[in-house]
Amino acid sequence: MARMKFLCDSERCIECNGCVTACKNVNEVPWGINRRRVVTINDGEPEEASISVSCMHCTDAPCIAVCPVDCIYEAQDGIVLHNKDLCIGCGYCLMACPFGAPQFPMENAFGVRGKMDKCTFCAGGPEEDNSIAEYEKYGANRIAQGKLPACAEMCATKALLAGDANDVSDIFRERITYRGSNAGAWGQSMAYGRKAKD
Amino acid sequence: MKTSKLAENPGLLRRLRGLNLALICFALVLFLAPMVPYTMAAVSPDSATGFWDQIRQGDTGVTQIKGYESGNLINDSGIFWMEFRNKWISPGGAWALALSLVILVLAYILVGPMRMSNKPSGKTMERWNRADRVIHWYVAILFLLLAVTGLSLLYGKAVLIPMMGKNAFSGYMDLGKDLHNYLGPLFILGLLVMIVKWMKHNFFTMIDVQWFSKMGGMIGNQHAEADYINGGEKAWFWVLALFGIIVSGSGLVLDFPNYGQFRETMQTSALIHAASAILLLCGSLFHMYMGTLGVQGALEGMTSGQVDEEWAKQHHKIWYDRVKQNN
Repeated sequence: MARMKFLCDSERCIECNGCVTACKNVNEVPWGINRRRVVTINDGEPEEASISVSCMHCTDAPCIAVCPVDCIYEAQDGIVLHNKDLCIGCGYCLMACPFGAPQFPMENAFGVRGKMDKCTFCAGGPEEDNSIAEYEKYGANRIAQGKLPACAEMCATKALLAGDANDVSDIFRERITYRGSNAGAWGQSMAYGRKAKD
Repeated sequence: MKTSKLAENPGLLRRLRGLNLALICFALVLFLAPMVPYTMAAVSPDSATGFWDQIRQGDTGVTQIKGYESGNLINDSGIFWMEFRNKWISPGGAWALALSLVILVLAYILVGPMRMSNKPSGKTMERWNRADRVIHWYVAILFLLLAVTGLSLLYGKAVLIPMMGKNAFSGYMDLGKDLHNYLGPLFILGLLVMIVKWMKHNFFTMIDVQWFSKMGGMIGNQHAEADYINGGEKAWFWVLALFGIIVSGSGLVLDFPNYGQFRETMQTSALIHAASAILLLCGSLFHMYMGTLGVQGALEGMTSGQVDEEWAKQHHKIWYDRVKQNN
């Protein structure tokens, strides 16, 4: 079974924010919510590096472990999805996530959180594939259409890789063979180093 | 055609070729030498791990995205929080609650309820006035509602979802979360009024030391004298005051994210809130037992406000004597 992964090559990312824009556009992400963001470390200094980050679709994800209503789940291909109908907006996933992926819209009275929103790897949610309900709640389901996540597909420098873990690894391995260094791969051991459940 | 000297001498040709190769290599080395420091820097594993370490330690960068921690790439404090909550608080709390229940059942079976030693006289005296009773039941009812919704949030996933299914549980929890959030501050108001109103009765005296040394008269036929409030009740009052304030403070932090407190503050508050709430819950189980099954005639004091004079003489002799003297 394929295991989907993101990999951002910091040697290639040029902080164009194309992935952020593509994501917002394809998924009609509401105002104030960004499922993906680009962060630049050492900005304007030697060894500056930019990285695009969103939900890393962790193996044994902490958000799943803390969700009190069990609304987050790992789909067959390793993509971490959630059910907005079950979400109560408690914010536990936000407290647990190392990557700051879960987002909460509409601050009600006293800052009450709405239902959690996060990157779906462009794989929609538990609704019927590519239905209107799915699109309204979770955005596009490009995976069901046989496409890559919009962010990776739009990436001009191909810094952001997404897809089957084996393919992603092969591409990156080829790069580091030429480069002679594995500098650049980012977030891998954090998201995928944890021991998988069963 | 005249053959060249070189062709006639293959050995020399080979030697010249070797020289050529050596020259090319030499030139290459000369050309590339200045680049060594740069390539070394990029190739060196230190550089990659250095970068990784920097992010791993929570180094914050620059981003176009507005929001809390948006410049922060990795913050693994949540993993600690998750482990502490899921592996310590939640099983620890379950054990503590189960142990409390077991102790109470054993106490009921082995020691049994404290019955009135004399027949009720039929004459009653006021123990808790209307204001006291209102504040007690106000706090008690809110406490129970908060306990039920809070426990559901912690244990519902393991206990209630298998029973009622995810959809029903989510619907209940949606309401439960709002109830918990809105009733919390109302509970705090009641708790504070109660602490202030009853504090004067609850300072420990030497009588309480004697009361404790006799275990409140619970064991054997020993008689333990007590004033208006006995040692055990005072202990519960201070536990409730201390942990009640801790639960309230941590609860307020969690309840109002609009003031901008974020990750670490929330995590710490959630842990303190859960741990102290479970401790209070264990305490409240003992309090409920003593107030109902454990001591015959005690509940009336908090429902009608009146207790039998014989009951007062038996359990709160010093208070009884004082009231009689003043009348």
